[in-house]
Amino acid sequence: MPKYMLIMRNSDSVENYEDMDFEAIINAMGAYNESMMKAGVLLGGDGLTDAAQGSVVEFTAEAPIVTDGPYGEVHELFNGFWTIQVGSQEEAVEWAKKAPLGPGNKIEVRRMTDESDFADYSDNEYIQKEKGWREELGTE
Amino acid sequence: MSADPRRVLDAVWRMEGARIVAGVAKATGDVVLAEDVAQEAVVEALSSWREHGVPANPGAWLTAVAKRRAVDAWRRRSALDDRHRAMAHDLSEATEDAWEPIDDDVLRLVFTACHPALSRESQVALTLRVVGGLTTSEIARMLLVPVPTVQARITRAKKTLHAAKVPFETPDPPEWPARLQTVLSVVYLVFTEGYAATSGDRWVRTDLAEEALRLGRIIVALLPREPDAWALLALMELQASRFGARTDAVGEPVLLADQDRSRWDRAQIERGRAALARADAVGHGRGSYALQAAIAEQHATARDFADTDWDEIVVLYEALGRISPSPVVELNHAVALSMAVGPGTALAMVDRLAAQGALRGSHLIPSVRGELLAKLGRADEARAELSAAAALTGNEREAGVLRAKAAALGG
Repeated sequence: MPKYMLIMRNSDSVENYEDMDFEAIINAMGAYNESMMKAGVLLGGDGLTDAAQGSVVEFTAEAPIVTDGPYGEVHELFNGFWTIQVGSQEEAVEWAKKAPLGPGNKIEVRRMTDESDFADYSDNEYIQKEKGWREELGTE
Repeated sequence: MSADPRRVLDAVWRMEGARIVAGVAKATGDVVLAEDVAQEAVVEALSSWREHGVPANPGAWLTAVAKRRAVDAWRRRSALDDRHRAMAHDLSEATEDAWEPIDDDVLRLVFTACHPALSRESQVALTLRVVGGLTTSEIARMLLVPVPTVQARITRAKKTLHAAKVPFETPDPPEWPARLQTVLSVVYLVFTEGYAATSGDRWVRTDLAEEALRLGRIIVALLPREPDAWALLALMELQASRFGARTDAVGEPVLLADQDRSRWDRAQIERGRAALARADAVGHGRGSYALQAAIAEQHATARDFADTDWDEIVVLYEALGRISPSPVVELNHAVALSMAVGPGTALAMVDRLAAQGALRGSHLIPSVRGELLAKLGRADEARAELSAAAALTGNEREAGVLRAKAAALGG
């Protein structure tokens, strides 16, 4: 069963939690998380702290360039994520639709890679590796 | 993305099917009716959503329609006595607003689907269907049986529930432990069916094990104080963490000793360990699932095969053998003993098992005996045992491995 990451993003203009009832937000998020737990789909997730404390490492020049937050070019911030295991992209989208989020927020729904994504590349390296293991352990 | 109503419906059914059936069963007191009308609602949704688009709250839409259908069913049967009239009135109040199903209802559904009046096959099919929200064809694909077979099992299950007048409720305290064990064993059966599959498409079988994991997660969320529920979840997480390494690139099975441990799912191992820690925290001593999970944890946390704490595993098998003795546990105990102490001690244990006539006709004892005899340098006896094991196994791949081992001993 595929795993999906629900990526919470919002435009930097809406990051004013101090104007909101923080406890109400905690309650709404808590209920949402609990509903995913009770459906047996939630694997994990975390929120991120203030972007002002963050850094961006950019790879455009010869050497990586580090920018401290808030970041000039970035207008949409990644604020947290959930990982869920569900049957389909549609099901992941249905869960995302239930998130208690208001205007200015987005959830990006992306399938996480699994073994099947690397099927074409696994053969040689792993066969060699396993051969080595077998010889080493005398199970050839 | 313009959503295809059929695919959205499948997704919503998986997400909310159990809650819809549970909600209607709670309102009508009749699980069989609830399942029937929920299916009717699904059929209606398909045509309605294709025409009018998917509603804002698809789960609530399905529930409202299912409840209306329940009232219609009573009317058709002219079964509208006073009790039903009152219910019908309540049901007609059903709106498509957000609704909050009660966890207890889902729990009642789990216990009903695993009711002891049902055969094991029916329990599995009904649990996957009403709790897991899988379609009949999905269940058939996963269990490797034809669709009509699954349909027949579900129909029989419904008839049995009806005939036995099974109430929609959770068991009373005196019955609770036994009934919970039944639920857990049904879930574990679904898991092992996928985990130990010797036939079928590997990915499909993994799906079945993952469905069992989902059921296990639902149960711990509903029953967070039940140590055995946590222990079963831990066991399944830890065993499933090795899925990626159990077969090589060409689909050949890879033994534990030979598995590439970098392909074990670390996040899943951590979830399994956390679940076992929960089981230990809410429990009073480890039961069978917890001991099996603890053994799996030892393997999962060892850097490599040689690094495994075999002494600890021997102790865990000893405890497991006392709590739920079985020849297979005994045999695994012997294998661990050979790693911890040496093949001589293990051989004495396997010989005792063989003398009791345990696992007669199975390749398990001769294949382990063969390995142990080979380690002891008794090549002729080892070869005879391994050849006997090869003749007994029904699995051609396994037979090939055993014959190769026998041949490697020369002679």
